[in-house]
Amino acid sequence: MNNSTVKSFNKSPIGGFRGLFNSDKITKGVLLLSSFVILFVAGGMIFSLVEGAIPALKSFGLRFIWSNNWNPTEGKENYGALPFIAGTIITSVAALLISLPLSFSVSLFLGEYYRGTRMAKILGTMVDLLAGIPSIVYGLWGFYVLRPLLIDLGLPNQGFGIFTASIILAIMIIPYATSLSNEIITMVPNELKEAAYSLGATRSEVIFNVVVPSARSGIIAGYILSFGRALGETMAVTMLVGNANIVPDGFFGTGNTMASVIANQFGEADGLKLSSLIAIGLLLFLLTGIINAIGKFIIKRMG
Amino acid sequence: MNSAAKITAANLSRRTLKDKLFKGLVLFLSLITISPIVLIIYKLVEKGYRQISLNFIIKTPPNTFEAMTAVSNGELIPGGIANGITGTLLMVVLASVISIPVGVITGIYLYENPGKPLANLTRNISDILQGVPSIVLGLIAYMWIVKPITSGFSALAGSVSLSIMMLPMIVRSTEETLKMIPQSIKEAAVALGVPYYKVILRVLIPTGFSGLLTGILLGISRILGETAPLMLTALGSSVINLDITKPTSAIPLLIWEFYNDPNMVDLIWSSSLLLMGMVLTLNLVSKRIAARTK
Repeated sequence: MNNSTVKSFNKSPIGGFRGLFNSDKITKGVLLLSSFVILFVAGGMIFSLVEGAIPALKSFGLRFIWSNNWNPTEGKENYGALPFIAGTIITSVAALLISLPLSFSVSLFLGEYYRGTRMAKILGTMVDLLAGIPSIVYGLWGFYVLRPLLIDLGLPNQGFGIFTASIILAIMIIPYATSLSNEIITMVPNELKEAAYSLGATRSEVIFNVVVPSARSGIIAGYILSFGRALGETMAVTMLVGNANIVPDGFFGTGNTMASVIANQFGEADGLKLSSLIAIGLLLFLLTGIINAIGKFIIKRMG
Repeated sequence: MNSAAKITAANLSRRTLKDKLFKGLVLFLSLITISPIVLIIYKLVEKGYRQISLNFIIKTPPNTFEAMTAVSNGELIPGGIANGITGTLLMVVLASVISIPVGVITGIYLYENPGKPLANLTRNISDILQGVPSIVLGLIAYMWIVKPITSGFSALAGSVSLSIMMLPMIVRSTEETLKMIPQSIKEAAVALGVPYYKVILRVLIPTGFSGLLTGILLGISRILGETAPLMLTALGSSVINLDITKPTSAIPLLIWEFYNDPNMVDLIWSSSLLLMGMVLTLNLVSKRIAARTK
């Protein structure tokens, strides 16, 4: 008979000292401890970002968010994050708008028109592979293939800018939007659809009057999560957005985003500039955190 | 009466037409969506295949002058990306060693304690951690490792940023996998009086092994191509380096360097081709494993 087994059932307080060290308690302790690691990492991240951002936030206060002057010249140093906040939000919103019809079509293809077929499997795998392409490879493709194309179409600034970055971003976030919405569309009960068909509805009418309304929150949550992805993308955007530290003067202008200014300017940064970059990192962390929390909240409410 | 029937018929054909047009649109847009992956892979193969050889894997990159000479003579650029391959392997292995045990154990904790406030908190935090942009993780590893511990850019710092990225993916995939294991298998072990750690090691982990492996492989494929956090942590190195406290290169870092050096720019395609090959293989293998267990 295994001794430790007996011990683990021994609940008498006289078991005392030995009971404290029985293997089940240790195992539970290890499980508990490891779950603290994630909490510790997340807490530590917020602490470090805030701590690193303090010098910048102290010198500029709220002006850090509202100022559009990013000037590293010594003596006239001033760091304002507005150009990057604007650039991030404009590129991500544009990417979301461009990706909407595409990811909506893919989720209908996978979840409705060709559900469970071989074609859907192939298309689904290919869309998933889009998520596997490294950001830097997207950037190369955008730089060497897409940009020349856009120049031919008459895009200014040698094809760099918000528009080019948004197109690449849109392709990158499609798999994040479809993976959720296609699952939800598949789950729409057949009885609902059949009821509509029996009333003489065509397929597209069923889609717009039955499928979309009942899968609405899942579809929206998927788009919100993909929007969160777009906010933090770095390399592909850095290679295409033009890296101009100004608030973009329109959809075809150049600009810069929060993630790409960190990547670009980190190398030569110290002191106040480094702290400003960390402050931008903190803002980006909060922004993506809020967007993701909203997405997860919608998913949770669906049950 | 007759005219009413006509109107209905016209109406019906209009609706059917609309239905067909919509389906056509869906098909067309779906094809557009997947065209980038085909075009990207085609471009990489077309421009990169000639460079791929044994030398490409076992040699380090040439200096920019050698590359310039080769290009002006119309030859292939000599050398390879051995420093990037070893650096990527070093950092990915180290990141896996850090994040797999913690991630799997945390996943088991979440599975074993559903509904507990601490488990819910951990789950939510891990979801939020999964959405943190990789460049922010680079900043974190810079502040945690580069400055205080290795007092300089290092492979260790790169691995830490990658492991924070991988950790939440493994936690969630472990929990999701274990949820699919029939409760009765676990109960049978408990009823036999098996100690708790053995229930985990001998029952839960082996039963869910392929699911865990899928999650791990997907996590690795996600961090293989990461560039941004490594720029802030591992920095890069022109020689093969296996010392985790020293700056180290990685394939994506080399692609970034080649992209910025007009003489070396021809190397971006072959390096990207190799990187994509690794990422897509891992992706497809993990899908295969997942499909086989279902």
